[in-house]
Amino acid sequence: MSTLLEVKDLRTYFNTEEGVVKAVDGVTFDVQEGETLALVGESGCGKSVSALSVLRLIPIPPGRIVSGEVIFEGEDLLTMGEGEIRHIRGNRIAMVFQEPMTSLNPVLTIGKQMTEALELHLKLDKEAATARAVQLLEMVGVADADRRVSDYPHQFSGGMRQRVMIAMAMSCNPRLLIADEPTTALDVTIQAQVLEVMQRLSREFGTAVIIITHNLGVVARYADRVNVMYAGKIIEKASAEVVYADPRHPYTLGLLNSVPRLDQILQEKLVPIEGQPPDLGHLPPGCAFYPRCTYRIDKCREEFPPLQLVAENHYAACWVDVTQGRSTENGD
Amino acid sequence: MATEAPNDAMQTAHAADQGEVLIEVKDLKIHFPVTAGFVISRTVAVNKAVDGVTFDIKRGETLGLVGESGCGKSTTGRGLLQLYKPTEGHVLFDGQDLNELKGNDLRLMRRRMQMIFQDPYASLNPRMSVRDIVGEPLIIHGIGSAAQRRERVADLMRIVGLNPFYATRFPHEFSGGQRQRIGVARALAVDPDFIVADEPVSALDVSIQAQVINLLEELQEQFGLTFLFIAHDLAVVRHISDRVGVMYLGKLMELADRNEIYENPLHPYTKALLSAVPIPDPVMERKRERIILTGDVPSSLRPPRGCVFHTRCPIAIDECRQEIPEWREISPNHWVACHRV
Repeated sequence: MSTLLEVKDLRTYFNTEEGVVKAVDGVTFDVQEGETLALVGESGCGKSVSALSVLRLIPIPPGRIVSGEVIFEGEDLLTMGEGEIRHIRGNRIAMVFQEPMTSLNPVLTIGKQMTEALELHLKLDKEAATARAVQLLEMVGVADADRRVSDYPHQFSGGMRQRVMIAMAMSCNPRLLIADEPTTALDVTIQAQVLEVMQRLSREFGTAVIIITHNLGVVARYADRVNVMYAGKIIEKASAEVVYADPRHPYTLGLLNSVPRLDQILQEKLVPIEGQPPDLGHLPPGCAFYPRCTYRIDKCREEFPPLQLVAENHYAACWVDVTQGRSTENGD
Repeated sequence: MATEAPNDAMQTAHAADQGEVLIEVKDLKIHFPVTAGFVISRTVAVNKAVDGVTFDIKRGETLGLVGESGCGKSTTGRGLLQLYKPTEGHVLFDGQDLNELKGNDLRLMRRRMQMIFQDPYASLNPRMSVRDIVGEPLIIHGIGSAAQRRERVADLMRIVGLNPFYATRFPHEFSGGQRQRIGVARALAVDPDFIVADEPVSALDVSIQAQVINLLEELQEQFGLTFLFIAHDLAVVRHISDRVGVMYLGKLMELADRNEIYENPLHPYTKALLSAVPIPDPVMERKRERIILTGDVPSSLRPPRGCVFHTRCPIAIDECRQEIPEWREISPNHWVACHRV
């Protein structure tokens, strides 16, 4: 496997009335060819902003990408010209958004919206583009595709719209698909259908996927590797199996413990993470999780722990070894 | 059951089987007319949001209601509180038919039933302080003097884990989880017996959901509350409920004790629903066989004939397309509506 995307020390800040909000603050990760990487975290942790920054889709102002590199197939997406990145967007890197209701244009037919990218990027003529669009709709399981291609978005249900979004995203055979909470707005039975379609297509096309979600179940089923984010930083990264079996950051541990699970015996009480989510405008100087952490030591308040190797291919940003309950400061 | 059980008011908490019935719902139907025409409006269709549900809720228990969007679970909850007038059927609260109550009698009854809403951002008036929000039900029901109300609001804030010092603050100054606590305090203000919690945690972050669920459970124990807990997250519902009902297209498909329904689901829809929920464990999850339903939920304007689930059911037979399955008790306390069971 070779590296498809490399994000290095990405920082995306927003100027707000309450000062500078560091939505993404020094994020480094990579995506290998054909793999599925999950960015997991709760609202405001910077997972969506990280992904949007990759394609330079951050509204400027109030946002700005302060520093970092985004190397995709050997080129830095952050420094290339506007014309060049347009050849990447929707072509080499495609995106599926959360809201299937609002991310399609209501006054254009599905066919029109799908052929736009095909004509632009693949230089297909109208007829060929329409034929391809029908074919793609069939692939994502839209019945009666040759007729439905001339329907408008409101004639599709939520799950069907998300299938259309996936068909559209896959239309130019992208190398990377970024799916931002692709099924959060959908019902569970529909969610399962849509995720299954996305996984099947990405495998067929050999497309790498970044899936952004807060649903730990979805991550467990679909992701090869997982990056857990908190307050604009990646605080743990490892393969999916390892993150669930052997979490090393107190936040990951807390997150996994706080959700009730259908496959386990009922607990008398849930174990929540106490306290409130971080206020990005007023972060503490040390570890952002410090106020809510049950493992905290004094050092955590003053110094931010760097992401460090805790086991093979497993990184965590914590001064404390949660398996031992003592500091790893001198451990490596 | 209500006739033979000598009711002990003290034994309220988690009295799932023997407990006295607080709410009885009999063949409840809530239909909404769909009208067309500007000057002369006429009914062109009927949306059968809730189409004949029968169940009861015992004092002190939590009944969970699950189903996908549009299945009528929220409408049912609101129907119990008389926020929608039933088209047909009855809701009995403590033996009293709510249909027959009017004016002041209904208002007095309303004191005993409250609601917690899904969206803690939309359900609190942004221009009112926490004190005014939590105190408003007291004013409406004419409870206490201004000073007493102020004291009561402070108590309520403490009960739900908020510092009464913040009583003069406005909703936007609180996080989502704290706002939901304000909503809970408001529901508790008039000391109700029964609370409908409509997706109370689905708008909250995962780490905060557990806080609010624990709070609701503590309050139930402390005040002997009865809950109707409406949600689409099956794991959350299993955790908090004593019994669980599964709805689809305005009808109940299955209703049983929580362990029974999760360990021994009988209805094909319940089975599909349970198998669609991914489990947060990659090793287990990838081994699991899943039933993936095809197609979408049909519109409640044109529900299918016979069993409403037959269009997506993997085991439907001709009978299912023709005849509506009967709602029957297949084993003690396990109700199901399916021809194939």
